[in-house]
Amino acid sequence: MTDQALHPDAPADAALHGDPAKMQISDEVAIRIAGMNKWYGSFHVLRDIDLTVHRGERIVICGPSGSGKSTLIRCINRLEEHQSGDIIVDGTELNSDLKNVDKIRSEVGMCFQHFNLFPHLTILENCTLAPIWVRKTPRKEAEETAMHFLRKVKIPEQADKYPGQLSGGQQQRVAIARSLCMRPRIMLFDEPTSALDPEMIKEVLDTMIELAEEGMTMLCVTHEMGFAQAVANRVIFMDQGQIVEQNEPHEFFRNPRSERTKLFLSQILGH
Amino acid sequence: MSDVHAQTVPFVRKSMLPEAEPPARQRGVPLWLRENLFSGWFNTILTILGAAAAIWLVASILPWMLRGVWNADSLRECRDIVIERYGEGVTGACWAMIRERWPQYIFGMYPQDIFWRPTLAFVLLLVAIAPVLYLSLPRKLLIFSALYPALAYWLLWGGTIWLPVMVLVGFALGWGALRLVLPRFGAIVATAVAVLVPVLWWGLLAGDAAQDLQGLVPLALRPVGSAAFGGFLLSFVLGVTGVSLSLPLGLLLSLGRRSDLPLIHYLCVGFIEFIRGVPLITLLFTASLLLNYFLPPNSDFDIILRVIIMVTLFAAAYIAEVIRGALAALPRGQYEAADALGLDYWKAQRLIILPQALKISIPGIVSTFIGLFKDTTLVVFIGLRDPLKGVTDMIRQTTAWKGIYWEPYIFVGALFFVICFSMSRYAMYLERKLERGH
Repeated sequence: MTDQALHPDAPADAALHGDPAKMQISDEVAIRIAGMNKWYGSFHVLRDIDLTVHRGERIVICGPSGSGKSTLIRCINRLEEHQSGDIIVDGTELNSDLKNVDKIRSEVGMCFQHFNLFPHLTILENCTLAPIWVRKTPRKEAEETAMHFLRKVKIPEQADKYPGQLSGGQQQRVAIARSLCMRPRIMLFDEPTSALDPEMIKEVLDTMIELAEEGMTMLCVTHEMGFAQAVANRVIFMDQGQIVEQNEPHEFFRNPRSERTKLFLSQILGH
Repeated sequence: MSDVHAQTVPFVRKSMLPEAEPPARQRGVPLWLRENLFSGWFNTILTILGAAAAIWLVASILPWMLRGVWNADSLRECRDIVIERYGEGVTGACWAMIRERWPQYIFGMYPQDIFWRPTLAFVLLLVAIAPVLYLSLPRKLLIFSALYPALAYWLLWGGTIWLPVMVLVGFALGWGALRLVLPRFGAIVATAVAVLVPVLWWGLLAGDAAQDLQGLVPLALRPVGSAAFGGFLLSFVLGVTGVSLSLPLGLLLSLGRRSDLPLIHYLCVGFIEFIRGVPLITLLFTASLLLNYFLPPNSDFDIILRVIIMVTLFAAAYIAEVIRGALAALPRGQYEAADALGLDYWKAQRLIILPQALKISIPGIVSTFIGLFKDTTLVVFIGLRDPLKGVTDMIRQTTAWKGIYWEPYIFVGALFFVICFSMSRYAMYLERKLERGH
């Protein structure tokens, strides 16, 4: 992976990953963020964020820790509240109206660094819970959908186990399947591989790549630069709560323009 | 040196070693003894002292218990029999008192000819709590558990059956109102209506309706007043009702204490801290004496009902804090994952947060329940006949058993131990059952 990042000219593994450029991006706007600011107390974590995400776009957000990248995507489904500016997801404005928040949350899937599976429920129950209780899907149908997505993430045989019995990589794939069961139109990933062993990172990334190939709109906070190269249409670099640079991945890695970006890239790729 | 090196460093095993047992001193009983009892001179001394104390205790109590007399009509007769059997100056227990008086320990002053009613209520109690305790039993049995309180009330206190039925009808009306209003006017209005409708029903109509129905279909048992209740019957009525009401109330209080709404938060904090800040006795005195000043004159507000309310409030405050601890121990990620999936507050609490929090708080909740059950003996201070002192004093006042001291306490203590120990074992069973391998 590092190898590829060090030599951005090398073609991505086309057979497995497909060619990012060929994937369809529509003109339809999935997420529009305009002039958004957020403070924790008096600490200004997000400063004047403007970001438009089109349907089918795959965006990788990177940056040093504390740069606000996680906070940014957590604002999109209101796990964090923004204090000024607009966030419009799928035409619904995110404001204090709880109905809007619930609507957006049920259409936006999210995967966390620590998976956050429900430990008291089986894998299958983890996947059927939201469809049954939020979407009012009949149990049988929800279970069929869940098995479909568990097969997709290649762990249907674990359906009756509990999360505590699975490896980290398997748990993260279940978390992805759990989100997909809600048939989201947008997926958010908050450092999905940061808590995993190197061996397990690959199985999770493969799942995410497959998802990208199917045209899912994805926003992904990650340090996996190989993944960024393989599937992203756009890489966003954040520092001190601001978007410092964004570009398509090829250019971003080969010709970073800001000094801050250059320094960051040299630090994460330079060993 | 280099020779040695050349011979020792390159190494290939030619045959694999078979598995061997550890040496005799390192396994089985000797190992256990050495590790647990004699692991140093200090522990050895403690072991010997401890063993000596245990032997001395058993040696001084056991003969007294075994010399006990089971067949006698008075304490005097008991003592005579012991002296006759074992000679002058020897003492023995007088279990005959328990043999003769156990109905009072179990039923208090409940009329003897209708002991079958509390007995049946107890048997049905076992049926009613079985599906609550054992999740593998068919869920349909819970319908009986829901109806049980009304049935038990009727069996224990007697009177017309239509009164408890009308109380149940109130719950049904509340449920119906909730179903009717919820889809149209939202959760807040629906909750208010669902509370108001049954309260109005109970306050204004239920009594008359029960009387009319009793006129049409007379179905009544001989009424028994609360004053007749005593012994373990009283403890069970207070304990079981207190336990089953304090858990849901404690749950709501713990959620309320964590609420973002200041009004609810401060109400819950105030309630919990007040209740925990005063002794249970204070609350019981309030129930028996003070409440009378606030109630309209001549209002007949049953003393057992008043005590149940106080015991429930008391236990609920403690349970609320136990559950709050468990809620705080749950990782934030669980709340976030529930939010991210679009579950609303109540669904997230019910499906994700509380099942996990309750599992963590099982030991604390059961401790509170055990405490509550034992605290039911405190009702002796407001004139009710608890098994430990109320009934015992009553028996000691008779000429036959005047002066008996240890036997009733040992008997009642043993029964309490059996019940509380069962609760604690059940809690351990439940914890193991809910273990999810992580």
